[in-house]
Amino acid sequence: MSAPLSITMPSDREILITRDFKAPRDLVFACWTQPPLVRRWLTGPDGWEFTTCEIDLKVGGRYRFVWKNLDGVSMGMGGTYTEIAPADRLVSTELFDEDWTGGETVSTVDFVEEGGKTRTLNRVVYSSKEARDGALKTGMAEGMEAGYRRLDQMFAERVAG
Amino acid sequence: MIPSERLDATFLALADPTRRAILARLAKGQASVAELAAPFEMSQPAVSKHLKILERAGLVSQGRQATSRPRRIEAAPLAEASEWLERYREFWDASFTRLDGLLAELQSPASETKN
Repeated sequence: MSAPLSITMPSDREILITRDFKAPRDLVFACWTQPPLVRRWLTGPDGWEFTTCEIDLKVGGRYRFVWKNLDGVSMGMGGTYTEIAPADRLVSTELFDEDWTGGETVSTVDFVEEGGKTRTLNRVVYSSKEARDGALKTGMAEGMEAGYRRLDQMFAERVAG
Repeated sequence: MIPSERLDATFLALADPTRRAILARLAKGQASVAELAAPFEMSQPAVSKHLKILERAGLVSQGRQATSRPRRIEAAPLAEASEWLERYREFWDASFTRLDGLLAELQSPASETKN
């Protein structure tokens, strides 16, 4: 049984998103960093197209993701890799084109394998408490928590089925 | 304003704690600038500056009563902002589920890369 998705706030500038995957960590890491694999899952909801997926996987290298929906609305984000420890840790800066996070955030994803399963711990650090709270108070936290609960339910149904 | 510019204006307006407090106060009912300034250690002109940003984002509107011109909260831009965030949530929701599928496929006996 996999642990449910969780979202916590370890400090006043951080959000920690934890999720388990039924795969060894080298595979999960590859899915996070290899464009042909990233293109398969980071495609967004139905009706959205993953139009740009560029990854220059080296320290100081940049990545750029852009999605478009049928109405032509596009959402883009990008940043720079600042630490790469294959299958173990990935650190990058993140900035959405619609800067709703109050400046750049820093994402640290740790990949921890145990018993053939991999737990990803994504720690997102905001530029300030105000920046994080600004993003949260507009409803992001509630929305994300509802999303994780829905996802948990889907996994439960899949296991039961 | 095009939708993305309107969202920028909405999020800029919401990014400040004083402006969020003003919105929270107006959610309880309309109020004059003097009434809005009262809980903050702030001059009325300073509060007016915040109100201008909120008005530009369409989050607050002015009443017509000649002297006090009470401010009202406007719900539509907030609904639009939360709709945008809903789309963002849906985005990750669907993505994680797809990653489960991809990982299962990569580990299936049919896959030549991994077992």
